Amino acid sequence: MKPDKINEYYFHDFDTPPSGMDRRDFLRNLGGGVIIVFSLSQLSFISGMKSRNEDEFPKFNAFLRVKEDGRVDCYSGKIEMGQGINTSLAQTLAEELEIGLDKVDMIMGETDLVPHDDGTWGSMTTRFHDPLIRAAAAEARIVLIELASEALKIPVAELVAENGVVYAKADKNKKITYAELTKGQKIVRSLSEKPPLKKAAQHKIIGKSFLRTDAVKKVTGKALYSADIRLPGLLYAKIVRPPAHGAKLTSVDTSAAEAKPGVKVFKDGDFVVVLHANPEKAEEARNLVKTNWELQPSKADNETIFAHILKTATQSNTRHKGGNLETGKKESEILFSNEYLDGYKAHASIETHAATALYEKGELTIWASSQTPFGTRQELADLLKLPKEKIHVKQIFLGGGFGGKIYNRQATEAARIAKMVEGTPVQISWTRQEEFMYDMFRSAAVVKINSGITKDGIIKYWDFNTYCAGDRGTDPFYGFPNHQTVTWNGKDIHPFGTGAWRAPGNPTNTFARESHMDIMAHKIGMDPLEFRLKNLKDPRAINSLKLAAEKFGWTKAKPPKGTGRGIALGIDAGTFATIIVEVTVNEKTGEVKVNRAVVGQDMGQVINPEGAAIQAEGCVNMGLGYSLYEDIEFNWGKVISSNFNNYSLPLFSNIPPVIESYTVAAQDEPPQGGGEPAIICMGGAVANAVFEACGARVFRLPITPERILEALKKA
Amino acid sequence: MEEKIKFELNGKPVEVQLEKTEKLLWVLRTHFNLTGTKYGCGEGYCGSCTVLLNDEPVRSCGTTMEEVAGKKVVTIEGLADGDKLHPVQQAFVENDALQCGYCTPGMIMNAVGLLKRNPSPTRQEIIDGMNDNLCRCGAHTRIFKAIEMAAATMKGGK
Repeated sequence: MKPDKINEYYFHDFDTPPSGMDRRDFLRNLGGGVIIVFSLSQLSFISGMKSRNEDEFPKFNAFLRVKEDGRVDCYSGKIEMGQGINTSLAQTLAEELEIGLDKVDMIMGETDLVPHDDGTWGSMTTRFHDPLIRAAAAEARIVLIELASEALKIPVAELVAENGVVYAKADKNKKITYAELTKGQKIVRSLSEKPPLKKAAQHKIIGKSFLRTDAVKKVTGKALYSADIRLPGLLYAKIVRPPAHGAKLTSVDTSAAEAKPGVKVFKDGDFVVVLHANPEKAEEARNLVKTNWELQPSKADNETIFAHILKTATQSNTRHKGGNLETGKKESEILFSNEYLDGYKAHASIETHAATALYEKGELTIWASSQTPFGTRQELADLLKLPKEKIHVKQIFLGGGFGGKIYNRQATEAARIAKMVEGTPVQISWTRQEEFMYDMFRSAAVVKINSGITKDGIIKYWDFNTYCAGDRGTDPFYGFPNHQTVTWNGKDIHPFGTGAWRAPGNPTNTFARESHMDIMAHKIGMDPLEFRLKNLKDPRAINSLKLAAEKFGWTKAKPPKGTGRGIALGIDAGTFATIIVEVTVNEKTGEVKVNRAVVGQDMGQVINPEGAAIQAEGCVNMGLGYSLYEDIEFNWGKVISSNFNNYSLPLFSNIPPVIESYTVAAQDEPPQGGGEPAIICMGGAVANAVFEACGARVFRLPITPERILEALKKA
Repeated sequence: MEEKIKFELNGKPVEVQLEKTEKLLWVLRTHFNLTGTKYGCGEGYCGSCTVLLNDEPVRSCGTTMEEVAGKKVVTIEGLADGDKLHPVQQAFVENDALQCGYCTPGMIMNAVGLLKRNPSPTRQEIIDGMNDNLCRCGAHTRIFKAIEMAAATMKGGK
């Protein structure tokens, strides 16, 4: 699936995975053992897997192989970028197959080996991919028990599998290992009916905490990322970049660069590339290229962008509607109308986009930091006019993604260059400046909310208009009897690329809604927790909120001035998340320190509690950045934020000294995952806590000291 | 102009022929294929490229080979003793003090340097010592715990 197609989906919540068709003879390259194949059209038995459109689904979508040495390969099109699925997916496989976690090898994102996958985004791994692997593992266990039945001459019903061995229930001395069973076999089993899955009470691995399986590689420097690939004769490529988006190259002189020893220069229209075996020499030579550019006039900068958005986002789409807005307005005793703003945010993965590629004999092999290996393959096949099978995307670790590595510009650049120097491997690794230039930012956005309540705190009227933030997270899970949610967008609004950023649009929508909730509660002097509980209807939302409030120790008594508590809750990708923070605000400087954050989530079944806690902590720490510090500075196509000196990520000194993560007990419910959801709550929780601490209501993210001091003047 | 530069790399004497203005980061990554030391920002803001130079953590992206000549360099690849991880590495593993793992080598090298200077740092001293190393995944909470565990282990003489 191509990135622009992904954007259609990414900004909405959906119940079934979208998918692109891709049949392939994936069994060709595999050796012996027991191989489990799915025909996805038959998978309606898996919770949440209803076919949107039969033709859109791939023929096969997950499989595993129990190898002749007793180890198990799990073939997955997903990639590991820090979220920990190489551990959690292996856990579910090990659980259902009855094998040790240390016996599972994850083969991920390698397009020649794994079945098609649309990419690692949208919090789809745990919701939609895990059930497939789980079913495949359960089926493999059944096959192995059948094989053991033949080998041991004992009926299937009298056998049990445990830790890679099939035993006779009556006599544990009668046994045979998986390795012995699969030796010399090649059994391909297509899954056509629902294999029995374990209940939570039977789980030995799911629901238990395991340390990351990739940690030793990562602490020893052995984990390989795309720029770590070393091939004989490798050339490092540096591309001549414009000073701003939209700039046109009017003249270029590469003679000084070409005069340098060992330098190769290629030109293809605006695409001018300098190559050298030494990356520093390549960069020096690139800097010798003389260029002239014609710049576009500015239409907006980071201050005027919001007016520009309201002017240009004119296409509306009604996403939710219920009751009657006029009736709601009439039934309301107090009306509210507010506007919330959010600037552009960078993904700022510490690994910049990188790719290493070799084009040889009409085939391209590439290691690319990409969340969409199959999308990359398709893009490169189109670019090079090659059949997909001639493009080999290899397994590699990603140094962070957060949605930013859905877009494969660096892979297409590497492929173009690789073809220019056919037979010689090339590497492109963006500088931090290039990363800020070509990042697909989280969009700047405006949210306008009109609402009305009764004096005793019942919401009667809810009119939510969100510009450029999509509808993710806007489900009306509070009881709004008369409501409407409209998303607004348009073409050519942004001077640069925008795209998916961890729970796309949802942090903005949740910041606006949860700020507004507090404003309504405070207006009638009601406790913000009580106000929310009074209006909430969704039981899972209530569970998430109550859990966080109880663990936080929420009371109606307010803390001393200067200290404040803030609540925000929301839904993302099937998981309800609440964050409650305590902050201290220095009223003289406007500085905010978050002292404590408590996260309460209902994410259904939790596969790796430790992994879920780590993701919750990551959401708090990363979320602190968009809440308090991060904002892209720009003047139209010129991105002024260029490195970490002028785009501030949260530091060790900023992060809350205490972060607590809790999950609602729901082990028999379908797993929903927790990589993205909690981050949506940070902006609203911090904004509400700042208000309680000092009375400053800040309507714009990030909540900078200047904005707090400004708001204090109005308080 | 290229010249011979000698230094000690992960306990072994090495000699390279290159320009003395070249940066240690790229020499490690391209000349020695030691790719555990990462590029993150190129200007010393993120700390992903941190290595030890005569036991002091430095940003290899801004360290010239002239500065390296005659000194001892230790990279993430040189920290473990065979299969036995350094206590800081071990503590990062046991505390899950990483996610994507990209900033991890720099974090570990900086923490090793910090503990060499100050074997029993307080939480505030860890904050001060680590504050210029960036992590985007938000693993900070566990990195604190890992450094505290490593300090305790190393004090125990292990």
